Amino acid sequence: MSEKITCTKGLYKEFSRKGGAAPTATHYCPGCGHGILHKLIGEALADFDLQDRCVMISPVGCAVFAYYYFDCGNIQVAHGRAPAVATGVSRATDQVVISYQGDGDLASIGLNETLQAANRGEKIAVFFVNNTVYGMTGGQMAPTTLIGEKTITCLGGRDPMTQGYPLHMCELISSLKAPVYVERVALSDPANVRNARKAVRKAMEIQRDGKGYTFVEVLSPCPTNLGISPVANNEWINQEMMKEFPVKNFRDLTAEAMAFQRPQSDFSTASLEKIFDLETTVPPVSGATVQGEAQVKIAGFGGQGVLSLGIMLTQAAQAAGCQVSWYPSYGPEQRGGTSNCSVIVSDSPIGSPIVYQPDLLIAMNRPSFERFKNDVKHGGTIIYDALMGEVEIPEGCKGIAVPAQELADQAGNSKGANTIMFGVMMATGMTKLPDEAFVKALEESFAKKPKLIPINVELLKVAKAWAAKHF
Amino acid sequence: MATKLVKGNTAVVVGALYAGSDCFFGYPITPASEVLHEASKYYPMLGRKFVQAESEEASINMCYGAASAGHRVFTASSGPGISLMQEGISYLAGAELPTVIVDIMRAGPGLGNIGPEQADYNQVVKGGGHGNYRCIVLAPNSVQEMCDATIKAFELADKWRIPVYVLADGVLGQMIEPLSFPEKAFQPVADNSWAVAATPETRNNLVTSIFLDFDQLETFNNRLQKKYAAIEEEEVLFEEQQTSDAEIILVAYGISSRICKSAVEKARAQGLKVGLFRPKTLFPFPKKQLQALAAGSGVTFISVEMSNGQLADDIRLAINCSRPVELVNRLGGNLLTLDQVKEKILAVAGK
Repeated sequence: MSEKITCTKGLYKEFSRKGGAAPTATHYCPGCGHGILHKLIGEALADFDLQDRCVMISPVGCAVFAYYYFDCGNIQVAHGRAPAVATGVSRATDQVVISYQGDGDLASIGLNETLQAANRGEKIAVFFVNNTVYGMTGGQMAPTTLIGEKTITCLGGRDPMTQGYPLHMCELISSLKAPVYVERVALSDPANVRNARKAVRKAMEIQRDGKGYTFVEVLSPCPTNLGISPVANNEWINQEMMKEFPVKNFRDLTAEAMAFQRPQSDFSTASLEKIFDLETTVPPVSGATVQGEAQVKIAGFGGQGVLSLGIMLTQAAQAAGCQVSWYPSYGPEQRGGTSNCSVIVSDSPIGSPIVYQPDLLIAMNRPSFERFKNDVKHGGTIIYDALMGEVEIPEGCKGIAVPAQELADQAGNSKGANTIMFGVMMATGMTKLPDEAFVKALEESFAKKPKLIPINVELLKVAKAWAAKHF
Repeated sequence: MATKLVKGNTAVVVGALYAGSDCFFGYPITPASEVLHEASKYYPMLGRKFVQAESEEASINMCYGAASAGHRVFTASSGPGISLMQEGISYLAGAELPTVIVDIMRAGPGLGNIGPEQADYNQVVKGGGHGNYRCIVLAPNSVQEMCDATIKAFELADKWRIPVYVLADGVLGQMIEPLSFPEKAFQPVADNSWAVAATPETRNNLVTSIFLDFDQLETFNNRLQKKYAAIEEEEVLFEEQQTSDAEIILVAYGISSRICKSAVEKARAQGLKVGLFRPKTLFPFPKKQLQALAAGSGVTFISVEMSNGQLADDIRLAINCSRPVELVNRLGGNLLTLDQVKEKILAVAGK
């Protein structure tokens, strides 16, 4: 005989978190497979020196107290959510993460999380204990319950006509591209336990090396809920369960899989300033003063540049050092049909950012004109596209029909109709902003296409000259 | 100080990045999606971690994982998504994990629509999931505050080991205003005393919400209540506008408080003694401050909200129903208008 076995490697010597009178006994029933699997995983953790860099995730199910036993960092989680939690731990730490789950947890309530984590190829080891039955809640049918197998929620045996067929998790997982290693093993006799040990160690080696997702399904006895002896349960696994769930390797890409590391998080102020481009902030127009408030509504078809015209005005207001807010119609509305935005320019903090009664309405199409024209304040202005033809301007308001496309075409910039509108907006003086602010806004808008800046500044001048002649 | 024009939803991400958050997990939903978009853009640029999760349940549980490891993590969603997250938030509360949750409210119930509403108040402010827990709830009302509140949320989450909400609505998420960027980025340090960070120092730590023993769970629950009481003592934030001589006090948070601000100015211009009380924290709710205002003679409160009196209920509780609390509201994605608030003021003033 070699050394005397006093405790299992990788597990605590005494299970103090469990409490009670038997500090070295587990909470599992006699004949249960969890103890064997715990031992195999614990051994691998110790042998591969992973305990200081490993997190074990305890599910909901009989293994809910896995943290009583594993001598490593432990997290207990909600039912079925272990792969999502494991994803969070893995992405945050880039260390070894184990998701230990039963059949109800993994294949029923947590099926989505299971498949999606596998499909992302998360660096986690999933150990799936399949005993065909809900254990902790008292023997209900599981997704893996065999056809004809009796449980307390299928007393006459599972009937596929009403309860469907057993779910084959290894088969599902191995239909995905990302998993590195997928194997089904059993704990039903010494030979199978030896194979299970190999599979557990293989999975943990892949995790140690940071190669990706592993899935080991373990056919395991649950004599308590199956209502048979441990010996009979093991025979049943070999004779019945393995027919439905063949024990074999489904995927082994260990040799091809490359180790990969997540990047280090960069917390520096300098990097933040760089990604937000804070160095190139346009300085405000000096000496500009704005008094009072202007409420502007811009409306038109989605795709007419309504929202971006509003943003340009917002930029102009910011360049002038004003208080400003922009608020869009959002959602499906902006992806078709009409779209509008509210812009408020003010010398003092802005209350509601929504414009109900604009001083200035920019209507890019007739439906928008009709929808908003009666909201315009007495004494307000409506700038609209001349292409709309004859329109009725509400009493007390001023209407300006702008041949925006024509002016843009004449200036040799057929894409510049919106800049013409912007220029007319400037020329009305209704926004209370100085001309320089409009130029600054164009500079900022076209900062990424600087060639376009002079052309658009020219269009502003065209619009202003046109406005001088027409109102 | 650099200033840029950004959307409220973007300001949240700016705040999170400056607060040292290195993990974001989220799922698309209007009108919160820009938080997801911006996080997907900026987190990877800095080697920080972004995952578009398969569901809100997965998002919040990914948050549970990263928070367990001691990292500053956040997610963002809107009503239906927050409903789905409630299970996970209960677990976060039970395991005392610091996490920031941004709720850009939309109109419900059910699928409702994507217009702005404030009807998540109860599910966010009162706990929301199972168990005797609360979350800290910050209620910004501008793009600047969307950023500042997010930074504050991370501080409070760490300080109290508690989930913290930034509760805003579709308007605040979608609107653009100038944002003064923070001067300095926070350098996060994991708290090894409880985190499970896959390190030798944290090997013996355990994150769990299980207490099998009834008495132990009761003790734990009582400890949580003490923590919440301490938070109510220390973390209340509010803002007042002309309340000292007010006979009518509007109470509003978030975008509604912006509308009220304009309403107060208009009412004062007409010689009406109207003020605004704006809770900036909804839990802890500024009870004492409201009690003090209620003690003044003849004050009437008007709860101005885009929900069915959920805020009004808390005002009544805070002042022990000692003064009338009127309600002016809109539902269904409609915004309160200035006129509507003004009319209510005039009605209450008997004019």
